[in-house]
Formats: sequence, structure tokens, C-alpha cells
Amino acid sequence: MRQLPAWGAAALVAALTLGTLLAVALRAEVGRGLSPGDWAAIRFTVLQAVASAVLSVALAVPVARALARRSFRGRGLLVMALGAPFILPVIVAVLGLLAVFGRGGLVNAGLAQIGVAPVSIYGAGGVVLAHVFFNLPLAVRLLLQGWLAIPAERFRLAAQLNAPVWRLLEVPMLARTVPGALLVVFLICLTSFAVALTLGGGPRATTVELAIWQAVRFDFDLGRAALLACVQFALCAVAALVAWRVTPVDGFGSGLDRVVARWDQRPADWLWLAGVALFLSLPLGMVLWRGVPGLLAMPGDIWVAAGWSLGVATGSTVLCLTLALTLALRGGWMASVLGVLPLAASALVMGTGLFVMLRPFANPTALALPVALVVNAVTALPFALRVLTPAVADIRASYGQMAALLGLRGAALLRVVILPRLRRPLGFAAGLTAALSIGDLGVIALFASDTVETLPLAMSRLMGAYRMDAAAGAGVLLLALAMGAFWICDRGGRMDADV
Amino acid sequence: MTMTLANVGATASIALICATAAVAQTDLPTLNVLTYDSFTTDYGPGPAIEAAFEAECACDLVFTGAGDGAALLSRLQLEDARTDADIVLGLDTNLTAAARALGLFAPHGVVADLTLPVAWDDDTFLPFDWGYLAFVALRDTAPVSSFRALADSDLQVVIQDPRSSTPGLGLLMWVHAVHGDDAPGVWADLADNIVTVTPGWTEAYNLFLAGEADAVLSYTTSPAYHLIAEGDDTKTAWAFDEGNYLQVEVAGKLAATDQPELADQFMAFMAGPAFQQVIPETNWMYPATDVPLPDGFDTLTVPAQGLLLSSEDAGALRDPLVEAWRTALSQ
Repeated sequence: MRQLPAWGAAALVAALTLGTLLAVALRAEVGRGLSPGDWAAIRFTVLQAVASAVLSVALAVPVARALARRSFRGRGLLVMALGAPFILPVIVAVLGLLAVFGRGGLVNAGLAQIGVAPVSIYGAGGVVLAHVFFNLPLAVRLLLQGWLAIPAERFRLAAQLNAPVWRLLEVPMLARTVPGALLVVFLICLTSFAVALTLGGGPRATTVELAIWQAVRFDFDLGRAALLACVQFALCAVAALVAWRVTPVDGFGSGLDRVVARWDQRPADWLWLAGVALFLSLPLGMVLWRGVPGLLAMPGDIWVAAGWSLGVATGSTVLCLTLALTLALRGGWMASVLGVLPLAASALVMGTGLFVMLRPFANPTALALPVALVVNAVTALPFALRVLTPAVADIRASYGQMAALLGLRGAALLRVVILPRLRRPLGFAAGLTAALSIGDLGVIALFASDTVETLPLAMSRLMGAYRMDAAAGAGVLLLALAMGAFWICDRGGRMDADV
Repeated sequence: MTMTLANVGATASIALICATAAVAQTDLPTLNVLTYDSFTTDYGPGPAIEAAFEAECACDLVFTGAGDGAALLSRLQLEDARTDADIVLGLDTNLTAAARALGLFAPHGVVADLTLPVAWDDDTFLPFDWGYLAFVALRDTAPVSSFRALADSDLQVVIQDPRSSTPGLGLLMWVHAVHGDDAPGVWADLADNIVTVTPGWTEAYNLFLAGEADAVLSYTTSPAYHLIAEGDDTKTAWAFDEGNYLQVEVAGKLAATDQPELADQFMAFMAGPAFQQVIPETNWMYPATDVPLPDGFDTLTVPAQGLLLSSEDAGALRDPLVEAWRTALSQ
């Protein structure tokens, strides 16, 4: 009986992942096969994900090393800021990147000064650039954890013996951490939709996710969309399984601030740190600079869209945390399996499945918001589970026996023992889910109609109409909501810290 | 749009925010017209036509934008018989065969004195304007006069996706009409001249105006906007030696409309002077009937030849041409 909620949660997640997969598999017109254009999309998806992963991680190595061996004022802030792109709305970053790297952007203005022909951000280059923007910081944090895991004593010993630190300590550590980091970035880029939508520039840079969306929205070819969704599921499932087995470290852990006093510091470290800080802050700075005045240029329905975004985010956060908590309390294989499953079912795959399932009964576009709510919750579930499961296990280990002696079980155990001690991870997971949901521009684009729009969708439409000041204004609002939601939830979880 | 819970919610919240505005129009019957985005904007034909029609219909005319013209078709397929639209406005002759095959449209029943450059005998879809597709560029830019010349040049152009946009689809037909079986090769040569492919005309034209490209696929009539509305004569359209493709934009009445009389009234209104004389200076296209053209239209580029495939041929060619285009541009 006490297992019932866990099975219910598992059934819901399975229905949304495997169930939607079944729906698309049944609907897929396999006999027709994939067209050359579809193959090109598959090829591009894999190639850009490889390029993004290799570039992000290769650049992350010197940056993480500089952070690991340098102690300076603001270092903690920089490390914290490196966590921000994970919850940064994609569309905001794209707007910032356009302001820096677009035809009329800073970089091309600089190139024009020295008489160099302008570079175009549209196409494969722009897609990879945006992916590096998002994933370089993540890779830095993953690798930094590897560096900080090397005991300080080893460095001292190496210093005494004048031994080559790079070869003896750092290369073996990188050999363990780099494959995991590569796979995580590869997996994230495999499901790229909004970046390819805004910066792809046509058939030459179309991802499978984008091709699914086009098959539904442009061709209304559900058979082909379903077939592509099956392909996407297979791609992600393989990558997710490998990644989950290889990944040794958690990308969202804290406690990174332990700098080993190193003797082999190089001036180039500063160059790397300044470079990455500039690369990350310049696009966001441009959004803020153009966006704050643009707040006044925004049409009124932006505020309505913001309201819908907040509503959807609240709903998905509640749903995601309910599912995650239920599954984390159950633990075991169920939590592990369901923690990976949503990574294989991308938002557009789930969306296409729901689209096919709902259409016989209702107009799918009328269900855009509830669908976005549910899909966003499931998409964030792996991250929430990753945060909650170890925390619940820790509490069980520390307090389980005492609680059993006192006869605490069920709801009382949850209320008295577990929940109070789970506040911080719960707050963190809620913040993550809310921010991801607010910034999401995936499944909502598939179901979108003109009657209801979320803030990222409204912002992308303003960009489409090239109302860049208003778009930047919406971008500032979106940024504030996403970061604000994260901060409030995370802060809420820490309220007891001062007591 | 089916009135469902989500929509009711949206309407309610919008109504709460601007409570004063939403009272008056509730008693009037509503005529829903599904159209493309640029038709409904403040500077498009939508507002003027809405005012003119509402003055004589005792109804509430509601334009709903659903992306660019070709996206209207997939929107209809998606909503199928559930659609709330009474009229679909903004398809073109390249799409009418597919639209007719949906079986959702009723005969328009309008006898109009059309002044199209082609004969018209379609009893389901009624034209409301037409134009020549053309690349629009700055006068300073050295023009080209064929697809081959464009492919050989360093010019960077923006085009629209043929799956969602009617000019984008028209461009496929245009290249095919000129080059036939060589069209895929021409597209492969054009690939490095294409900055980006946008879902709709609006995005593409705005990218061009923002300086992201040397030229944009639009109409020979587009420079009239800059000339008349902005007093700016720096834009021009390129006539191609082999001719420019024609676009004839049409509207159709849905058989399942719950306002058949109003829909008929609108279709007849569309062919009348009140609608037609709004077109040149808001949609920046040629009107479909004999209304006087505004000053400035006489300065426009007129191609030597207008090309147009029959709606049957275009309908049959659409899928294979789109697939060949995707393949050529994805290599």
C-alpha cells in the first residue's frame, strides 16, 4: 500500500516517456523511410553535438585549471556565475549572441574597422557558438570538481619532488573526468531546438528536434514527425545510457572553493579567465543594455505572456517535485530508471507523442499550456531526482533507526524527519525546475497558437518581427523571472540556515 | 480556434487586465478570418479593412494571424473540421490544389471583374491581390538578372522556407519554371548565397532592413512602400531576364462556417472597391480588380514576363520540389 504513490508517479513518467514513444512508433510511417533531408538533419545533429562537446570541454580545461590554481577576489562569484547559463533562457542568450556576433553586432563592427569582411552567425557556426556559450561553463564546473578532488597533499608532494604535476596528477584526473563531461555536453546539444530554430539558417543546419517541429508545423506530416521522433529517441537513449554510466561527477554540486596554493601559476591563466568572463558576460550585458530601455517599448501582451509563463512554471515545479520526492522516497531501481528515461525522451518527442494522442479528442493547440506544464516537469525530473535521491538516502542513514524506534512512519516520518532536513535540496531542485520551465521554448512552440503564448514564445515572435528593443525588454523580464524564481526557491530552502 | 478551457482562461485574464475595453462587442456575430501575420499588423491591411467591413456588416470581424501563408494550410489540416475560422485569406495558387483536397471549402459564388494578368476560373478560391516575386535590394547594390548570375555572385540573400511561406514556395516554382530538371543543381549553386532561411516573409524582410543581407525575396511592389510611406527611393527590385514568378493571393470560405451569410458578404466585399483600394498601400501588392493605383506605383520595376504554373501542376510539384530543395541546401 505504501508503495502506491511511487507506482503512480512511475506510471505517469512512463506514460509520458515510453507512452509517447509508443504513440509515435505506432504513428510513424516507417515504410516511407527517411529522405535525404532527414538524413542531413541526423548527420548535422550528431556532428554539431560532437563539435560543441569537443570545443566546450577543450576550452574548459585551461579555464578550470586557472580557477583551480588561482585564488583571487571574486573567484567564488565567477564559479557561481558559471552555474547560471544552465538556467538561462536560451532565447535570451541567442538575442545577446546576435548583438555581439550578428551582422550588425560588436564583432563585425570591429572587423569592419580593420577592413575584414563580416562573418555570419547563421548556420552551423552560430549553432556551435551558442552551444559553447551554454556548455563551456558547465564543462568548467565539471572539470573543476575533478581538480578539487585531487588532495592538496599530492600537490605538495609533487612540489617537494619537483615532479611534473600536469603529467602525474592532472592528466590522469582529466582522463577520468573528460569523457563524462564530453558526454553530458553531447547529450544536451543532441536535443537542441531553440538554438537551431533561431540561428540554424535553413536546411543546412537543421537538428532532428527542429525537423520534427517543421514536420508538424510546416508540413503537418505527423507520420514523418513520428518517424523522426523515433530516431531522436534512439539517439538520445544511447547517449543518455552511456553518459549515465560514465559520468563520475555531479554538475550541480556546491563546495567548490578550496584552492590549492600552487607554485606553477602562469600569466596565461588570467587571459583564460578574462576571456571566458568576457565571452559569457558580453552577450548578457548587451541584452541588459538594450533591454532595460526596451521594457517601455514592450507591447502589453508581454505581461500576459509573462503571467502564463509563471503559471506554467509554478505548475511544473509542483508536479516535478511531487514526482521527484515520491520517487526519491521509494529509491532503488525505480528512481534510477526514471531518472534517465526523460533524458532519452526529448521535449519534442514527448510533444509529438502527446500531439498524436490528443488530436482525436481535442484541438492540440488549445492544450498548449497544460502540455507545456507536464512536459517541462518531466524534462526537469532527472535533475530534481539527482538532487533529492542522495539527500533522502543520507537522511534515512542518519535518522532511519531512531525514527523506527520511535515508531515514526508514513506521513509522520515525512513531516517530522525527512521534509525539514530536505529543505535545501528541495529548494534547489524547485529553483532549477522553475527556471528551466520559465525559459523553455520547445514543446510550447509545437503546440503554440496565437491565442496563448508564453514569454519565451512572445519574445521569439518579437525577434521574428525584428522589434529588437521590445525583444530585449522581454529578454530582461524573462531573465529576471528565471533567475528570480531560482533565487526565491533556493533561498526558501535555506531559510533555516541562520537559525 | 476552438473555444476551450485554455482559451477561455486566456480571454478571461486579458479581460481582467483591460476590463474596460472588452464590453461592447459581445452581442454582434463574429466573423473569423484566418490569415498570415503581416496582414493583421497595424501597418498591414487588417485594421482598415476591419473598419470598412464592420461599418456595413453589423458584425465583429476578427483577423487571426497564423504565421506566413503556407503555414495557414498546415494550421487548417491541424484543426481540420474543428476550426473556428469562417474564411481563410492568404493562400496562393501554389497551394489551392492542396487546400481544395482537404474538402473543407465551399464555392465563393462571387462574380467579380478581375484584372489579373492571368485568366481566372476557380469557383472555390477568389483572388484579392497579386504581385511579381522579386529580389529587393538597395539601388547601390549591383543587380543581377538571373538565378545563374546570382549563384555566381558573392551576394548574400535571405529567402523564406517554402513549407511555411508562400513567397518561399513561389521561389521554388520560379526556379523550376526557369530551369526545369536543372533546378536542384541551381539550388546547390545558390546555397552559399543564402544567409538564412526564415519561416515567414516578415522575418526575412526585417533581416534585410537590418542590414543582415544584400537582398531579400519579396515583390516588385515592395519598393513602393519605402517610396510612398517613407519617402525613401533607395530600394529597388530586380527583374530577371527569364521572367519573374507571379503570385496570386486568394481567399476561400469554409463550408462548415457558422456564419454563412456573413462569410458570403465578406467574399463579395473583398472583390469590391472598399477592400481593393486599401490593398496597394497596405499590403503593397497589385489589386485584383480595376481600382486606381497610387502615385509611385508607376516607378516600379515591371518584369518582361510573368511566370505562373497552373494550380494543378504546382500542387503536384510541391512535395518533390520541397524535398529536392531541402536536399540541395542541406549538403
